[in-house]
Amino acid sequence: MGETRPGATRRAVMLGGLAGSLAATIRLEPALATPERMRAAIRNVVGEASIRKGRVDLEVPPLVENGNTVSLAVSVDSPMTATDYVKAIHVFNEKNPQPNVISVHLGPRAGRAKFSTRFRLADSQIVTAIAEMSDGTFWSASADVIVTLAACVEGI
Amino acid sequence: MARPLINVPAKVKRGQVFEIKTLISHIMEPGFRFTTTGDKIPRDIVTTFSCSYNGEEIFRADLYPAISANPFFDFFTVATESGTLDFKWVGDNGFSETASAKIVVE
Repeated sequence: MGETRPGATRRAVMLGGLAGSLAATIRLEPALATPERMRAAIRNVVGEASIRKGRVDLEVPPLVENGNTVSLAVSVDSPMTATDYVKAIHVFNEKNPQPNVISVHLGPRAGRAKFSTRFRLADSQIVTAIAEMSDGTFWSASADVIVTLAACVEGI
Repeated sequence: MARPLINVPAKVKRGQVFEIKTLISHIMEPGFRFTTTGDKIPRDIVTTFSCSYNGEEIFRADLYPAISANPFFDFFTVATESGTLDFKWVGDNGFSETASAKIVVE
């Protein structure tokens, strides 16, 4: 009997520790990005200009197991000449702690309006890429991503 | 500490569009996480990455905490003249790292 007691105590300690780490995990920043905040962040970049769908190809996997590293590739349909090129590509998300993901600045020297990187996703959400052209127009594409393991806010 | 990896072709033809890949080791701590004792882990990220070709900027990225640890970039440029590609990473807490690569244009 005396040998079972330390076991029970160990279990109790482990459960207590688990509860403690869960409590630490669910403490989130009060200001999480929302679809509204994403729209505000987009307006911050775009201003009053209208955004049209198309010309942008946003490649993100539709189902992500680990939100800590999600591949992201954006390409824009543009001849990339001295007079007609992509000035910038901005990527936004809805539900990470912040709505911005990345802003990339290009020019005619890029040759091809394409880049790829890896980013984090804290929840299943819609990711939006917006391309700013040299003629001042804005084009966009969006993609739905399902995330099973969230990034950004997990405790350690 | 933060050793950058650069991948560019050694030789390219004039006018050819070629691919550049870069990776740097960096924790990219987003600043939204807490330790088990409830302390907030302060933000520590790379905020800007830029690449210039013979002194002229060809690619620049503003990074946010949503970029994964060990930021990776894959982008393109047109081969104009032989010379140097200079890469620069700047971040929180005075982080700064540079790297360069030679390119031969035929």
